[in-house]
Parts: sequence; structure tokens; C-alpha cells
Amino acid sequence: MDNIPILKIGSALLVTIQVDMHDQLATRLQEDLTTMIVKSHARGVLIDISALEIVDSFIGRMLANIASLSRLLDADTVVVGMRPEVAITLVELGLGLPGVKTALNAERGLTMIGGVSGGTEDDEDDDD
Amino acid sequence: MATATVASDLAKLLADGENTIIKGWLTALQKTGDGRISTQEVESQARDLLRALTKAVSDGATDVESHSFNDVRAILEGFSRSRALQGFSPSETATFVFSIKEPLFEQIRSKIKNAETIAEQTWAVTQLIDKLGLFTIEAFQRTREELIARQREEIEELSTPVVKLWDGVLALPLIGTLDSARTQVVMQNLLESIVREGAEIAILDITGVPTVDTLVAQHLLKTISAARLMGADCIISGIRPQIAQTIVQLGVQLNVVSKATLADAFAMALTRTGRKVTRIKTQASNGGTAPPAAE
Repeated sequence: MDNIPILKIGSALLVTIQVDMHDQLATRLQEDLTTMIVKSHARGVLIDISALEIVDSFIGRMLANIASLSRLLDADTVVVGMRPEVAITLVELGLGLPGVKTALNAERGLTMIGGVSGGTEDDEDDDD
Repeated sequence: MATATVASDLAKLLADGENTIIKGWLTALQKTGDGRISTQEVESQARDLLRALTKAVSDGATDVESHSFNDVRAILEGFSRSRALQGFSPSETATFVFSIKEPLFEQIRSKIKNAETIAEQTWAVTQLIDKLGLFTIEAFQRTREELIARQREEIEELSTPVVKLWDGVLALPLIGTLDSARTQVVMQNLLESIVREGAEIAILDITGVPTVDTLVAQHLLKTISAARLMGADCIISGIRPQIAQTIVQLGVQLNVVSKATLADAFAMALTRTGRKVTRIKTQASNGGTAPPAAE
């Protein structure tokens, strides 16, 4: 059975979802992720869904679940890279993903998590 | 009697009695006219149409859709178009064509002696003029529809701009009522701009929204929630006092940061992105003319 790789970057974990999710895969991901958070003392979880063209209520619920799980283990969850059409669909479905933090791309997401632990704060000032 | 004979008789009638018919036609038109178009113009239009009609029926044709009637149709189309743009009503426009009946019938009555032929000719003329009248109304309607479609496009283009205020700060000045279709367009524009500009903050300015009811509020919240999913924060600005009262009275919960004016919202956006506006110190002691600059 295939699984979704979880990468450790600094104090954050990066999960990139590229395949269609199904029940088993989602359960497996949640188990792996919780184990990883505890093992690596991660402060944040980045979930990159930029490759997903369709996000249904199932994935929406999975994201909310992961966010709740991580919060219990003292890690922030940031969903990054959502496409405009996906955002519109989710809102129309009434899934605003409350309790999940969001960022435009993985870099911004890392900054958000880094800001908590005082990591990569400085890259804000070079854009003027 | 064959159609061709009827047509050629009619052509002869029209050609012989051109001036009489024009005179009668103009008299009939003056009864209904209101002076928006000069008599000379009406006369020249009438004459053009009558000549084209004479030419068409002298070819032996009585079918308005046929090739011989090309000129007549072109004249009527141009005429309906100009009337539609000048703001005439459909019946006023059609009356122009229908007014020719009276002088034409008189012409038939005075020139033809045989009662049966009169009846036949009258019927042919009635059919012909009715068709021309219908054609005029259709052309009139087409012009109006084109006009409406063009205006709708213009309004749509005008009403959904996304403006970049600063690096990472977008503004969305909403003008007009937010219905579902427009919310969809606004949302799409906003989200695409967020991706393109890498924006962190979007300011929704509702100064131009006349009323905020529960439905509009829901549409606003949808837009805000979609922008949040893309990682951008939203600030609402430009809530007028009456609208604030309506929102509270309706019990709508707008759980977003809101500011009274776009300027306040922009200042807040700058603060949040770690910038501030300062006045450049000038030599003059009153020095109030220098433009503010963000650092």
C-alpha cells in the first residue's frame, strides 16, 4: 500500500498531498503524522495541497482532523497552496476550514511556523 | 389574378401616385408625430422607402424576404435603428410604416374601378405593409437588445476591479448590489489576484454597496472565507452608518476586522505587514505638502 511521505524541514513537517485520498490513506497519514510529531518534536505541520484540483468534504474533514490532532500535540497546522477554484468550491460547500491556518505557499507557511519558534523571521524586509 | 399581375399593378399605382401617396402619408404621420424629427427628414425617409418599395414590387415580388426587397429591408433597418437610439417607442416606429396604408388604399380606390380587383389589391397591400411593419419592429427590438447587452457588459467590466495598493496589499472596491453571479466573479478575480500578487491582505471596500442584507452579508463572508483559505486576511472598510445599523439589526455576525474608511484599513494593512507611514521632514516649518511615504 502506498503512503504519503512526511518531510522534516527545521522544526516543521511538510506533507505534500498529490494523489487521490481515500479512507485508508487518510488514516495511515494521520497515524504517521502523529508519530512523527511526537518523535521529531515538530512545532508545525505544513500540508501542501497545491497539486489537488478537487478537494471534497472528505479531504476537508481530514484536514480539520489533522489540525485537531496536531493541536493536541502542540503543533500548528498550516494548509498551503490551495488553488482559487478549490477555495471557491470549499466555501460553496460550507467548509471554511475553521481552526486551520492557511498560507499562500509553502514558503509563507514555513515563515508562519518559524515565527512561533523564532526561526526565519527576517525575510520580510527585503521586498521593498 | 396572379401575384405577378397584382405586383405589377401595384408598382404602377405606386409610381404614378408617388406624390399623392407621400402627401397623404405625411399628413397621416403629422397626426401622430410629436416633432422630435423634422418634417423634411420624415419626408425624405418616406420618399426613400416608397421608391425602394416601388422598385421592389416592379420586379414582380411580393415576398418581403425575397432578394428584390433588399433595399427596402436595408432602409427599414437603418430607420428602426436610428429611431431606437433616439428613444422612440416600438409603436411609434411601426406607425411610420403603417401610416402608408391610408393613402395607398385611397390611391387604389381612385385608380381601380373593378370592385373585385380593389378587394384583391387591398388585400395584397395589407399583407405587404403588415410584413414590413413586423420587420420594422423586429429590427427595432434587435437594436434595443444589442444596446442592453452592451450596457450589461460595460457594467460588469466596471464593477469588479481588483486594485493593488502596495506589495502584498490588494483592495477590492465593490460597487453595486452583490448577487450570487457577481459574488462568483468577484471571488474569482480576488483569488486569482491573490495568487498573482502573492497578497497577504485584501481590503474589501463596500462604500459603493447600497444595501447590505443577510444575503449580501453571506456573500461577503463567503468571499472572505475563500480568501482566508488562500492564506490572505481580509479587512472590510467603508461601512456607512446606516449599513452598520442594518447589519446589527439583522443580527448578522461579520466576524472580520472592519474599518470605517479605506484609508484606515490601508494603514492597518501596512502595520500588519510591518510598515508604517511617516512624513518626510521638509525645510519649511509649515511643511505639510510633502507626500507621505511608506517605509
